[in-house]
Order: sequence, then structure tokens, then C-alpha cells
Amino acid sequence: MKTLRTSLAIGLIVASAAPVRAASAPPPPGAASCSGCHAATSQAIPNIYGRDADATRSTLLAFRNGSMPATVMTRIAKGFSEDEIGSIAAWLATQK
Amino acid sequence: MTQKNHTSRREFLRAAAAATASLALASPSLAQSPARVVVIGGGFGGASCARALRQLDPSLDVTLVTADRQYVACPFSNEVIAGDRAIEAQQFTYEKIAAGGIKLVTQMAQTIDPQARTIGLADGSTLRYDRLVLSPGIDLRFDALPGYDEAAASRMPHAWKAGEQTLLLRRQLEAMDDGGVVAIVVPANPFRCPPGPYERASLIAHYLKTRKPRSKLIILDSKDAFSKQRLFQAAWQELYPGLIEWVALSQGGKVTSVDPASNTLVTDFATHQVQVANVIPPQRAGRIAEIAGVTDKSGWCPINPVSLESTQVPNIHVIGDACIAGAMPKSAFSANAQAKTCASAIVALLAGAAPTPPKLINTCYSLVAPDYGISIAGVYQPRNGLFADIEGAGGTSPLDAPRDVRAREAIYARSWFETIGAEVFG
Repeated sequence: MKTLRTSLAIGLIVASAAPVRAASAPPPPGAASCSGCHAATSQAIPNIYGRDADATRSTLLAFRNGSMPATVMTRIAKGFSEDEIGSIAAWLATQK
Repeated sequence: MTQKNHTSRREFLRAAAAATASLALASPSLAQSPARVVVIGGGFGGASCARALRQLDPSLDVTLVTADRQYVACPFSNEVIAGDRAIEAQQFTYEKIAAGGIKLVTQMAQTIDPQARTIGLADGSTLRYDRLVLSPGIDLRFDALPGYDEAAASRMPHAWKAGEQTLLLRRQLEAMDDGGVVAIVVPANPFRCPPGPYERASLIAHYLKTRKPRSKLIILDSKDAFSKQRLFQAAWQELYPGLIEWVALSQGGKVTSVDPASNTLVTDFATHQVQVANVIPPQRAGRIAEIAGVTDKSGWCPINPVSLESTQVPNIHVIGDACIAGAMPKSAFSANAQAKTCASAIVALLAGAAPTPPKLINTCYSLVAPDYGISIAGVYQPRNGLFADIEGAGGTSPLDAPRDVRAREAIYARSWFETIGAEVFG
């Protein structure tokens, strides 16, 4: 009985989660750290969630090559490859 | 917390549930009964990890074991010492964590049996686990500096665990006459919050300059170099000229014994009798780590950096200040980042999958004055069993930044604390 209930519960989770599954995924390497500073509300440190992925990617790449000034993000963006930045930007776009 | 943030959490949870549920279906053992994960330690590491586990897999049976009902945060406690902040701003509780479906146990964990996978609690009861996360923070070593034991700490506060000790040091500074000498004794590496003693020196200097301008501050250091050193020293010269004296190891800075009765600090070269002595002693992983058998002879805990699992005891993960994390400093930010990495690894391992090699970030802000912030950041990945710096990334704030950049970093420091406090406890 317990097994049946658990299976049903998992089935329900899969069913209800199915529509967002294609749009979102577990965080790619590095992305889970962002929320240490960036809240989903606008504070002094900006909200980075649910923004256009290309815009976030361009911003991160500009931090990375130094063409956009920042206090901390220029130092952090240099730790990621273009591909990793693309994945992080795409994932952040699915978060709200 | 705003409505917006709640939506975000739900979305993330649903997506993560989908990912983990698909893994779970592939694993017959998980489909039968929820896996039990116990987290010991209610600081930034433990509380973050308990939450991240439930977010990644809401079917998990997660228990958070904390020694107290309340957590008093260390970041920004130097502002309390300097009189710029109320201790209440450092206090967090676990009610909202419990509301998220995490079982709370407010007791000391006293024993751990890694074979039986059980934890013995202070009231005699037992908790079982499939995976155990230890986030015990630090213990102060009251056997490492002659004269400095637990009783001495009531005369010479360490204030390196926030709470009553923070307030004691505050009261001593308030009671000191103008013209007094304040000493900060700093241990050798590794210790919790590498820039912390120098932020503390800065903010105490700010208080002295404002309120007791004839006073001095001396830092007696067991090291010849420290975190953000050039930034701190340049700022001291600019903001507090002649007020702070830093005595390095090679200049005789290492304190070899203390006498609490006379407030005296002894080095190989001199005896310093001071009005306020803040003694930060050497440290080791919190006691439960040793009980679990996950500490090595250094007193800290070696881990596999991909999973944060102990290299000494299977099924036990160690995060935060207690673990040997290589280039990652012992900071709240690191503990939070490691907690999320550890949670992902545990969810994968419980489903029989290999954890994905992670990348982690740390950013540590320090205040040199209430409106003057500096930072150090790093990006890390597993290499040779430790977290290694990714070369070319990270580093400190520029030495030549104008004051408006320092002011902005002070604002970001405060924003960081608000955000992480809400993410972990809010």
C-alpha cells in the first residue's frame, strides 16, 4: 500500500512537472552559486532571473572580456568558458 | 520574501522534481520509501543544504539537527562589536525552514555509528540516515594557546562565534577609557573567515577614531601575510593613520601565552599589557566531526570535492568551515555554495547516478569603514582532491579604486547579507 501511494505521488509529480521540464533543468555548474548574492527581488545587487538568455550571456561575456566594468562580476565571469556562460544564462532565463 | 521569489522557488522545485523523479523511477529502492538525509548543524552550510535537498527532491525525508533554536550569524558581527549594528540583526530562526517540510531536531548530536548509520541524540533517542551531512562549523581550541581556556574567554573574548561573546567584546570596548590599547590576537591558517580579524580591526579603529581618538589598536599575528592585505593596509593609512599597528609573525607577532588576570599577551619578543584583549585562538572542525571519524590529524575533514563526501567515512558528507576545501576559504558564502553542491550530489548518489563535477563561487566582502567595502572573489573546481582556484579568475578589488567604488562595495556587502539570510533562513 505504501509503495502504491509513493508511486502515485511520484506519478503526480512527473505529470504536474512535465510542462516546465522542457523549459528548465537542474542548474549547470556554477549557477547554483548565483543566488548567494542575487535575489529575485531588485536590490542593490540586481535580479538576474527570468531575463532574456542572450542579454544575460552578452553581459557575462562583456564582464569576462573586461569591456563592461563591474566590481565583482568581472572577476567571477573569468572563471567560466563561453559554453558554461551560455548554459548559465539559459538556465537563469528559466528562473523567476 | 516577495511573491515573486516564492514563484521562483516553486518553479525551481517543480523542474528539479521532474529531473529527480525521472531518476527515482529508475531506482527501485527510492520508489519504495523516501531516502533519509540528516543534516547536523544549523548555520549557513547546514540550513542551506537541508533546504536545497528538499528543493531538488521534495520526496526526501530531510532532518535538520541544530544545537539551538536560534542561529547568530558571524558575517557583519564585527559591526555589532564596533557599535554600528544591533545583535538582533544577526539572529535567525528555523521556523520557515520547518514550514518547508524539513524536520527540525533541536538537540546536540552526541554519537554517530557509521556502520549502523545512526545518530545518538542528547535525549537518548536515535536518528537513522541513508546519507548524513555534517556542517558543524568550528570548535575553538582551548588547548592550543597556554593560558587561553574557556574561562579565559570570559575575560579575553574571542568573539569568533557570534552571540554573547560578540556583546562581551562590545561592552569591553565601550567601557575602555580613551587612550587605551586594544589587541587582536590572530592565529595561523587555517581558520574561519580569513579576512575577519582585519575587518574587525578596521571597524574597531573606526569606533576608536570617532569616540576614543587617543586609543591604539595592535594586531598580534601568527602569520606574515593575510587576506586582502594591501587593500586593508592602504585603507588603514588613509582612514586611520597611526591608529592600527600590525605585528607580523616575523616581527614577533606570534602570541605564545596569555594571562587573563592581568590582560597580558606574551610573545617571544615582548609582553603586551592591554585594556581590551580579543584573542582568536586556533580552531578545528566542530566536535561531532571528530566523533564521526571524519577528521584527520589536522583536526579538519578531508572530502571528495565533487560530492563533499568524507574520504574517510562513506555516506557522510562534510561542508562549510569544517571541511578541507583547498583554495575555498572558510566563509558563509563558501558554506552556502558547498551546501547546494552537496545536495545535488546526494540526490544523484541516492538515485545511483554519478554527481556532476561542480564549479563553485565565493565572494567575501569586508568593511573597512561603514561606507568603505572591499572584496575578494574566487571560482573553484575539483582538482587533486581539493577545490582549486580557476586561474585567471577571482582576486581582490583593485588597489586604486576611487571612493565611490568602495562605497558601492559596502552597499553590495549589505545586500549580500540580506540576500543570503533570506535564502537560507527566510
